[in-house]
Amino acid sequence: MSRFELPMGRRVHPVGAPRSGMSRRRSIWERIHLDPWLTGLLLILMLSGLVVLYSASGESLEVVIAQALRFGVALVVMVVLAQFSPATLYRWALPAYLVGVLMLVAVEVMGDMGMGAQRWLVIPGVVRFQPSEMMKLAVPLMVAAWLCRRPLPPRLGELLVCALLIGVPVALIARQPDLGTSLLVATAAVFAILLAGLSWRIISALVLMMAAALPLLWMNMHAYQRQRVLTFLAPESDPLGAGWNIIQSTTALGSGGLWGKGWLQGTQSQLEFLPERHTDFIVAVLGEEFGLVGMLVFLLLYLMIVCRGLWLSSIAQDTFGRLLAGSIILTFFIYVFVNIGMVSGILPVVGVPLPLVSFGGTSSVTLLAGFGILMAIHSHRRLLPR
Amino acid sequence: MRKHRDTLKNPQHELRVFRRRALLALIVVILLCGLLGGRLFYLQVVQHEVFSTRSEKNRVRVEPLPPTRGLIYDRNGQLLAENRPTYNLTLVRERVDDLDATLSRLVEILELPDAEVEAFRERSRQRQRPFQPALLMSDLTEEQIARLAVNRHRLAGVEVEAQLLRYYPDAELMSHALGYVGRINSEELERLDSGNYAGTHFIGKTGVERFYEAQLHGKAGLRKVETNARGRALRQLDHTDPEPGKDLTLTLDKPLQQHAVELLDGRRGAIVAIAPQTGEILAMSSVPGFDSNQFVTGIDVASYRDLQQDLDLPLFNRASRGSYPAGSTIKPFIAMAGLREGVITPRETIYDPGYYQLPNDDRRYRNWLRWGHGRVDMGRALEVSNNTYFYSLAHDLGIDRIQDNLARFGFGQRTAHDVHGQGKALLPSREWKRERFGEPWYPGETLSVGIGQGYLQITPLQLATATAVLANRGDWVKPRLAQSIGGEAVPVDLPETPEDIEVSREGWWGEVFSGMEDVLSGNEGTARRSGTDLEYRMAGKSGTAQVFSLGQNEKYNADELEERLRDHALFMAFAPVEDPRIAVSVIVENAGGGSSHAAGLARSMTDFWLLERNAGKPREAEEAEEGEGASAPTGQGAQR
Repeated sequence: MSRFELPMGRRVHPVGAPRSGMSRRRSIWERIHLDPWLTGLLLILMLSGLVVLYSASGESLEVVIAQALRFGVALVVMVVLAQFSPATLYRWALPAYLVGVLMLVAVEVMGDMGMGAQRWLVIPGVVRFQPSEMMKLAVPLMVAAWLCRRPLPPRLGELLVCALLIGVPVALIARQPDLGTSLLVATAAVFAILLAGLSWRIISALVLMMAAALPLLWMNMHAYQRQRVLTFLAPESDPLGAGWNIIQSTTALGSGGLWGKGWLQGTQSQLEFLPERHTDFIVAVLGEEFGLVGMLVFLLLYLMIVCRGLWLSSIAQDTFGRLLAGSIILTFFIYVFVNIGMVSGILPVVGVPLPLVSFGGTSSVTLLAGFGILMAIHSHRRLLPR
Repeated sequence: MRKHRDTLKNPQHELRVFRRRALLALIVVILLCGLLGGRLFYLQVVQHEVFSTRSEKNRVRVEPLPPTRGLIYDRNGQLLAENRPTYNLTLVRERVDDLDATLSRLVEILELPDAEVEAFRERSRQRQRPFQPALLMSDLTEEQIARLAVNRHRLAGVEVEAQLLRYYPDAELMSHALGYVGRINSEELERLDSGNYAGTHFIGKTGVERFYEAQLHGKAGLRKVETNARGRALRQLDHTDPEPGKDLTLTLDKPLQQHAVELLDGRRGAIVAIAPQTGEILAMSSVPGFDSNQFVTGIDVASYRDLQQDLDLPLFNRASRGSYPAGSTIKPFIAMAGLREGVITPRETIYDPGYYQLPNDDRRYRNWLRWGHGRVDMGRALEVSNNTYFYSLAHDLGIDRIQDNLARFGFGQRTAHDVHGQGKALLPSREWKRERFGEPWYPGETLSVGIGQGYLQITPLQLATATAVLANRGDWVKPRLAQSIGGEAVPVDLPETPEDIEVSREGWWGEVFSGMEDVLSGNEGTARRSGTDLEYRMAGKSGTAQVFSLGQNEKYNADELEERLRDHALFMAFAPVEDPRIAVSVIVENAGGGSSHAAGLARSMTDFWLLERNAGKPREAEEAEEGEGASAPTGQGAQR
């Protein structure tokens, strides 16, 4: 196994370098604990996202500025988180997890009704907060922390504990109801387990069990959630109702063609045929105005971020860091895949935004917080206690 | 998979496992990206055309621009049908959030009875395509418009739309001749060119409005607009102006029509007047009429039921559809048939003992004068309306020749060029009887036809037409209501004009005319009381159509009969004899004898036309001045 890392292909560091390496000359990136590649790619993505958003919001500078401000906040969060050592993160895992679960219970008991579902926790005059968003990081953090102290791959008993750790918050979030987020939280944690080397036999057994449980899931769904699935299966059945979104978004994408209709020229988006065009369906605007070429450029950008993320996680120094970083970056990809998949009509409509492009503050903060953790893991390697 | 695993952690192994898994994840990620890329390629390249079209359809809406309906004038340029601006309440369902609430709010704002909510809901469903406004209410008042304007913000999707609405200034007077427009119904919707009628709410239902629908309607234009998802038009992409409907000038003379209606004075009947030389229908009145404006915006059920159930049948156009026995008004045509077929000559006489008997038959066919007129020739037979002479003549002619000759005058046919819904009435023949009853034709039935009774039925329009042809000495001109369409004159010679009637001696026409003149001017003329002080030569013939058949020896007593069983009074006339300008047919239902109850009306019509309307107009100016003609008496009365 390689003992060398090649962060930029510029320099070579021995992995086992002594802690006294402080004395060596360090680059500015190392000092601020950021990964230049990842940071650069994210910034390019966010800036391109703002360009698309300007068009998607009906040329509203206000929306773009609001989004830029949120990006600013999210970047600050990212930079701050990047400063913590993985050891600190490790210590926070349990408290963060417990606080998160408590807040979810609080939402369940007294949560504010928002968007037809209980998702927000409001401390009047202080903050409005979506605890489920925080759990997207807290749950994989907890699972990674729990697994990394045990011999891997995990045994069945340990898996049951994991299932409990995941199951409680996921069930609480699903009850809000927010199926999309609960599935994303579960996915993030499951990635940690999978990366820990869960045996294929157990994986296939679980997959079979899940398939068997599908009818049960269906029976527990809300009417609107079922409708979404039905609409996905046959959007033409209700072209003016639930099928409208998907028909309009595929129409937007398809009419964009190879090169697109040009920035601000998309008729589907500018004439408001596209629903939720600056949030969940923003990719349809992108596809309509910039065509297949624009879409592939964005897809490539995301792919590069994922590759870089996977690389960073695979050179992390210990299992905790690897599992956490890997789960964060794979979850990020899941966002991308589910969002584009739903807009292009190969997945049902679930409320998943396109990372760092869709308008929305909370998701940007969570995502960049995740990247902050990723960079922290990467940049504090030599400081990790054994 | 390797199961090798102890209680001890093995970092090297864990790292290997992780890297294998991470590599696997990367492969899956790339595969999924490929899947997305493939899907996008399919949508954006393979299916690009399909979605382009769909997006274009989304974006572009073709809005019809309805043409303005042509106006209708009488021959003097008096407006008979116009378009008045009105304001309608329309609703686009796609733009309404809560239909029920909106409709209730409307009812409340307009202070309508609650029952209207249902009617509104019903109407809100009637439309052809998405984003097309449905008409909720027509003809809003100023106050209602103001109330709606104030509440506009609470009524998304509701619009007040200006529209031109048909209006008939002289609705009652012209109702039957003009007809009316009404809302397009679902049946019409299927048959119409949906493109041309997309923006049109109304269509001609009867009369001239129906017959000249295509010309009056015009051609719809269109504009292509870019719309947003809520159907709001954002900008115009393309535009074609509508071609407005053509204005129609009718041959009708409003004062004469008015005069005819006044003459009928509320009695059931019809008067038709035609200018013989041009075929122009100068008056076509059927009384009672109705207010056709009621039908434009949709008549309410109760009013419609009243009209339908009225015993006087106000909706029935007696002039063009009413079937009546001709009575003695048929005699001049039978006389012409006799001359034409060489069965009689004008001076030949018969002896009338007061009845006629068929050879080998005891039954006596009675003259109206029980003791008979003695010796009568053709002229006197017309003057005194002698039945015996015409029994004999009919018998000599036979039904085949009678049927042929009457058909030449247009009986039993629809000969008017542009009168919607003409009745054919009935010109009987052997074939007809065999088909209808499966029986042969009996000689006695020929006698009945000879005096205008029996199976023979005519319409007032047919009688006026035949009178005009007679006055023209057999020259046919098709009767018409339209004088010009969009400024273009309707030609005198129209396609499918019946053949002119030829007789071997031109003078015979005059012989018949002089018999008819004597009806009004002779010492024994049946209508001599209506013929006093004539300032021009007028020819006519009275008729009395039996509604109630009398037995062989019963005597008719008008007073004892119930009003509706009384005879119909008929009269046909034309004037001036030497230069006919007007041919008239008059029918007054259940009025009694034609000589006393219809002749005066016909005389008044000719007087009015010749002395008041066209006083001093020289004959020569006729070609230039559209409006000269002979007045024909309009007849009316429905025989049940």
